[in-house]
Amino acid sequence: MSEDSHPFERFLRDGMMPHIWCEGCGNGIILNCFVRALKDIEIDVNKVVVVSGIGCIGRLSGYTNTDSYHTTHGRAIAFATGAKLANPELKTVVISGDGDLFAIGGNHFIHAARRNVDIQVICANNFNYGMTGGQYGPTTPLKAWTTTTPYGNIEHPFNLVHLAAASGAVYVARWTTLHVRRLTESIKKVLQKEGFSFIEVITPCPEIYGRRNKMATGIEMMNWFKTAAEIRNASDPAEAEISPEKIVVGEFIDAEKPTYDHLLREMMKQVQERIRGEK
Amino acid sequence: MTQERTVLTGKHFMQGDIACAEGAIAAGCRFFAGYPITPATEIAERMARRLPEVDGVYVQMEDELGSMAAVIGASYAGVKSMTATSGPGFSLMQENIGLAVMTETPCVVVNIMRGGPSTGQPTKPGQQDVMQARWGSHGDYEIIALAPSSVQEMFDLTIEAFNLSEIYRVPVFVLADEIVGHMWERVTIPSENAIKRVNRKRPRTLPEKYVPFLPDRDLVPPMASFGEGYRFYATGLTHDETGHPRTDTAKAQQELVQRLCDKIRKNREKIVRVSANMLEDAEVMVVAYGTTSRSAMSAVREAREKGFKAGLLRLITLWPFPDKEIAELAKRVRAIVVPEMNCGQIVREVERAAKETSVIFMPKLGEEPHRPVEILDAIQRGSYK
Repeated sequence: MSEDSHPFERFLRDGMMPHIWCEGCGNGIILNCFVRALKDIEIDVNKVVVVSGIGCIGRLSGYTNTDSYHTTHGRAIAFATGAKLANPELKTVVISGDGDLFAIGGNHFIHAARRNVDIQVICANNFNYGMTGGQYGPTTPLKAWTTTTPYGNIEHPFNLVHLAAASGAVYVARWTTLHVRRLTESIKKVLQKEGFSFIEVITPCPEIYGRRNKMATGIEMMNWFKTAAEIRNASDPAEAEISPEKIVVGEFIDAEKPTYDHLLREMMKQVQERIRGEK
Repeated sequence: MTQERTVLTGKHFMQGDIACAEGAIAAGCRFFAGYPITPATEIAERMARRLPEVDGVYVQMEDELGSMAAVIGASYAGVKSMTATSGPGFSLMQENIGLAVMTETPCVVVNIMRGGPSTGQPTKPGQQDVMQARWGSHGDYEIIALAPSSVQEMFDLTIEAFNLSEIYRVPVFVLADEIVGHMWERVTIPSENAIKRVNRKRPRTLPEKYVPFLPDRDLVPPMASFGEGYRFYATGLTHDETGHPRTDTAKAQQELVQRLCDKIRKNREKIVRVSANMLEDAEVMVVAYGTTSRSAMSAVREAREKGFKAGLLRLITLWPFPDKEIAELAKRVRAIVVPEMNCGQIVREVERAAKETSVIFMPKLGEEPHRPVEILDAIQRGSYK
């Protein structure tokens, strides 16, 4: 590797650079942590499929030098379900945004989690719809200012980790883009785990969200993460608040449960054995 | 898996929906994602029972949005895949049908048409989705749709649908009405090796040289599957041959969208199928498809007995529309009769193709198909034009 090449060059699709993300955006950090995890665990990259929906982070699937697919808005998990069930050798990772996964795609999320399909979901939560210019979404905090909450947000936000846990995810964690090591460790863990795994990454969107909410730069948003974040591993995700004062992060759930994929293959095997027995 | 379980060779008394499922399995379909809906549920039920026997996957999704997305995912993973639905579900699938078109995904969507709009009459037949099949997703594209009119064709045309989807990398619709879906008839299933199966073109280059959307001369690009080391990217955004998004140039939009249309348009002669019956000397031509074509056939026979020179053009392919075939025949007849179980859909296409020739439209809504006598009456009227 030459001196001026990027250490993760072989994991990135160089024809797609430069990326579309704004200055101060945390999506690059998530991409960096993801490819670092791929490198660290020496996974067979030819078996990794990165699937994303629509939105700023949705472009990430184009940046990883893996098989990758950029679906319609909200449908990344459903697409990944089809790919994973059709070829169980694939490692299907969904990386998408809070609006994509929990507003328009919310139904697919809860059902994939309930089935325990072997899909790893990483959600970039930036508290708003960034790509369309900063409208409120399912994670926008109460009273926050966005272009469609000109008088302050009156909707209660989802607690994503609580939702994931209640829906049946076998791994649930939340980090911010400040927690690069812990985030990378979580990604490494889920890449090696079977079952529906969920990592929420709180990411700064200073350009679109922050500047309307008294955090006009990436640094200001990261400072909020730094002062407010409190690591509470194995705590109840129902209690994992996100407020100006406190952002509860950590690894909340790490459980074992038969995956849909496993139960499906078992059933298929039994059916086929029964047929052979009939002959 | 044993071959006799893959293809149920022999003669059967079978329901249309079940024959469709068996056709899919015979064609090599090994993935079904769907959501229960009358009158297509029997296809899902059959697939749920049969696919595990042949090492295939049945998954019941949370809705039709997810079903269609999963079908595309499975196809990209290299497995022939399908879903089956009816009007309300077909509406929800339009979003990802567009994605399948844009990312050139071989897959089959069966729509057992019931009465609409909205929830309509779930257990009653309709032919009201034929224009939705053509234009249902946003943007410009060409699509293939086949219209079976018997249980045998539910088997045969489902195989053909898979083959066409693999050849042209496009979703192919099987548009059957509820009567064809729920009818029981004799079906002859051929032997395993008598079934023609076509598989998508595979890349002929090394992974590092693979250009995922670079078409061959037939305008269709070879297709790699996930997990094979080609490491390609596909997106619903307008893209160039490399698959990379090109959202800001007119050239990219023109090249891609034109090719998506042209790969069907320029191959229409290979795709379009009609069945001409007693048309050699016909003065009145009935144009019909699906169940309606069966009433039309009876009417034509009866008309002949009464001395009227009538014939039937049965449309097997609805899209691309057999306009050249109709235009040619239209020059030789006095009138064209078009019975449809809707308020006027395919008749518009017939009128466009028929030009000066008089077209008599016979709408039908509700639980019954056309009675032959109704079509006979129109044939008689047409004879005096």
